Amino acid sequence: MKNPQLNKNGELIHLLSTEGLPKDILTHILDTAANFASINDREVKKLPLLRGKTVFNLFFENSTRTRTTFEIAATRLSADVMNLDIARSSASKGESLLDTIANLAAMAADIFVVRHSESGAPYLIAQHLPPHIHVVNAGDGRHAHPTQGLLDMLTIRHYKKDFSNLTVAIVGDVLHSRVARSDIHALTTLGCAEVRVVGPKTLVPSDMAALGVRVCHSLQEGITGADVVIMLRLQNERMSGALLPSSHEFFKSYGLTQEKLQWAKSDAIVMHPGPINRGVEIDSAVVDGVQSVILPQVSFGIAVRMAVMSIVAANEGDAA
Amino acid sequence: MKILIQGGRIIDPNSGLDQQGDVAVSNGRIASLGRVAQGFQPDKVIDASGCWVIPGLVDLNARLGEPGGEHAHMLQSELAAAGAGGVTSVVCPPDTSPVLDEPGLVEMLKFRAQKRHAARVFPLGALTRGLLGESLTAMVELADAGCVGFGQADVPVLNTQTLQRAMQYASTHGYTTWLRPQDTWLGKGVAASGAYATRLGLAGIPVMAETIALQTIFDLVRATSARVHLQRISSAAGVALLKAAKAEGLPVTADVSMNSLFLIDNDIGFFDSRMRLSPPLRGSRDRTALRAGLQDGTIDAIVSDHTPVSEDGKLLPFAEAEVGATGLELLLNLLLRLAKDMNLSTADALKFVTMRPAKVLDKNSIGHLSVHGQADVVVFDPRTNWTVNSGQLLSQGKHTPFSGFEMQGKVKATVVNGHLAYGSSAI
Repeated sequence: MKNPQLNKNGELIHLLSTEGLPKDILTHILDTAANFASINDREVKKLPLLRGKTVFNLFFENSTRTRTTFEIAATRLSADVMNLDIARSSASKGESLLDTIANLAAMAADIFVVRHSESGAPYLIAQHLPPHIHVVNAGDGRHAHPTQGLLDMLTIRHYKKDFSNLTVAIVGDVLHSRVARSDIHALTTLGCAEVRVVGPKTLVPSDMAALGVRVCHSLQEGITGADVVIMLRLQNERMSGALLPSSHEFFKSYGLTQEKLQWAKSDAIVMHPGPINRGVEIDSAVVDGVQSVILPQVSFGIAVRMAVMSIVAANEGDAA
Repeated sequence: MKILIQGGRIIDPNSGLDQQGDVAVSNGRIASLGRVAQGFQPDKVIDASGCWVIPGLVDLNARLGEPGGEHAHMLQSELAAAGAGGVTSVVCPPDTSPVLDEPGLVEMLKFRAQKRHAARVFPLGALTRGLLGESLTAMVELADAGCVGFGQADVPVLNTQTLQRAMQYASTHGYTTWLRPQDTWLGKGVAASGAYATRLGLAGIPVMAETIALQTIFDLVRATSARVHLQRISSAAGVALLKAAKAEGLPVTADVSMNSLFLIDNDIGFFDSRMRLSPPLRGSRDRTALRAGLQDGTIDAIVSDHTPVSEDGKLLPFAEAEVGATGLELLLNLLLRLAKDMNLSTADALKFVTMRPAKVLDKNSIGHLSVHGQADVVVFDPRTNWTVNSGQLLSQGKHTPFSGFEMQGKVKATVVNGHLAYGSSAI
C-alpha cells in the first residue's frame, strides 16, 4: 500500500498522521523543531524559509487556538497566511469540498493546513492536489492530529530526554481522541516502553489494545509509576447521555488531582492538549502546579508546526 | 427469433451436463442442447468455439436505479451492465425513489424493463410503506404487479412488533420476507469494528449488529413460521447462527455479497471510499467463514450487491461517501476467481449464481439449461483476459473496489428469453 505522506525517495511531502512514519522522520521533525524552539527565544524571530510561499489555513471545523499557532508558525517562516473558516453546509458539501480545494489550489497555494470533522478528509484532499502543494493535517475526525502528537513528543523529549524507559499514561476520552491516536503511534514508533490508556469502558473500550497500548479502567492502575500523564479534554457532548452520566462523576473517577497525581512518579510531568476543562478532567491545582508542562506544550507547538511546514515545503514530488 | 449457439462447451450445473455441442434457441425456449435438429433455420448464429455456454446468472441483489433515475436512463445502462456480466435475472430492492410500495410503480418498472429485452427484472416490494417500518404495504396487489418478495432493503424495521406482523402477513399469502440483518443502533458506524477502524478513527459496526438482528429474526421465524431470506451475511458469527437455524429446520435461506468474499477491512487502506460498503468489510476470519458457509450450504447464493454510485458520491471523506459499488459486470469473473481460490469446479461455482438463487426465488424456470426451458444463456470466452477499468464499464456506477484487477475470461454474448441482450452474432 502506498504511503501518501511520502514521495518516492521516502521524504515527507504531507503530514497526515504520525502512523506509518519511520522513526528517523519523526526524529528529524523533533530535532528541527528543537532548533526552532531556541529561535523563538530570540528577539528577531523570523526566518526566511517560506518567503514567497502561501499557507492556507482551511478549517472546516472551528479551532481558534490550533489555527493561531499554525498562523504564527507560518509567519515566523515568512510565509503569507490566508485563514479560511469554512462553515460546513449539509450533506452535499463533499463535492464543494473538492471544488473549494481546486479553487484554492489555483490561487497558487503552497501548503494547506486542514482541519475537518471527518476522519480521512486530509487524505482525500492530498489525493486531489497537484504534487507541489502540501497538506498538513491539523486534526481530522477522531483519526489524527499529528502536529499535536509531535509537539507532545517534543515536550516529553525535552523533559525526559529518552523514550526507551518511559511509561506514558493517556487519560480520558481515548475512543474519540485524534490526539490520543497520534500520541500512541508516535510513542510506539519512538520506542516508548509502555503506553497506557485510561478511562471508563465507554470511552476506552478493550479493543483499543489493538493500538499497542495497555488498557486500564482505573486511574490508579493507569497512572501508577507513570513518567508522563497526558490528560485529554472531555468534549461537552460526551458529558451526559449514554457514554457518561455527568462531568462530576467523571471527575470523581478519572479527574486528576494533586492527591491522585502522587500515584505517578514523583518527577512525572502532566500534559494536556487544551483547551482545559478545569474541574472536569483536571483540577486547577494540577494545571497550575509544578508538574504541569501545559504551557510549554503550547510554545513547543509553534516550533513543531514551523518544523513540519519547512520540511514538507522542501520536499517535492508525487506520493510514492 | 431463432438463435444457434455453435460449437461451445455446454455446462449446466443443475443437470451436470458438460459437453461440446450446439444450443438451438427458438421462440424464447431452448430447442435443443448438444445436437441441432436438421432443418433448424437460425436468424442469428453465435460462434461459441472455445467458449463456455452456461445458464444466465441470477443475481438476488442489484440496484437498477429506477424508479428515480429515469432522467439519467439508469435502467437502460444497468440492464446493459447486467447483459455484459451475463446476468439474466435481477432481483432489485425496494429502496428506490420513490420507494417500491405502490403497484403502479412496480408495473411501470416491469414494463420499462421488458421493453429493453434485457435481463428479467424481479422487484422486491417494500415490506412497509415508504420503508418507514410503520404500516404494511398492499402485498397481494404488489405481488400481482410483479413483486417476488417483500423487504426493507437496508432500512431495518425498528418496531419488532411491526416486523412480526409484516412477516405474518407476508407468510399468510406465501411471500418470502427479505431482510438484511443489521441492528439500527449498533449499525450506525461506517466500518467494521476492530483494530483497523480503531486505527483510522472510523466509527465501528460491531459483529453484534448482525447477530442481534439475526437472533431477533430467528425468534420471529420460530413464532410465525414465515419464510425469510437473509441478505448479505457478513460475519463468521452470523454464519454460525445461520447454520444452527438451518439445522433446527427454520425456513430460512441466505446470500452473501461478492465483496465480502474477497475484501476485508484492511482493504480500506488510507480511507479508500470505494470500500465504503454495507455490510461493512470485516476481518479475514469472517471472509474464511463466509466461504466455508457457501461450501457447506449454509449460505445459498452469492449476490453482486450492485449499487451504482455517482462520480461525486465517493469524492468525499470516507464516512460521508455514498455506500455501495458497481458489481453486475464483475460477478461472473469474480466467481471464477473464487472457484480457483476455493478449489471448486466451474459447475459447482456456477451453482451459487444460477440454480441456488433460482431456488431461493422458488422459480424453476431460470438458472439452468434444459430442452424446452427458458432460453437464458450466456456464452463466455475463458481465453479473453481484461483488466477492470472503471471507465469501460457499461454501468453508470463506476466505483468498484476491484478496479485494476486482472480478470480471466469475458462474456461474449448473453441471451435472455431467446433475445440477444448482449454481444453480436455472426449473422
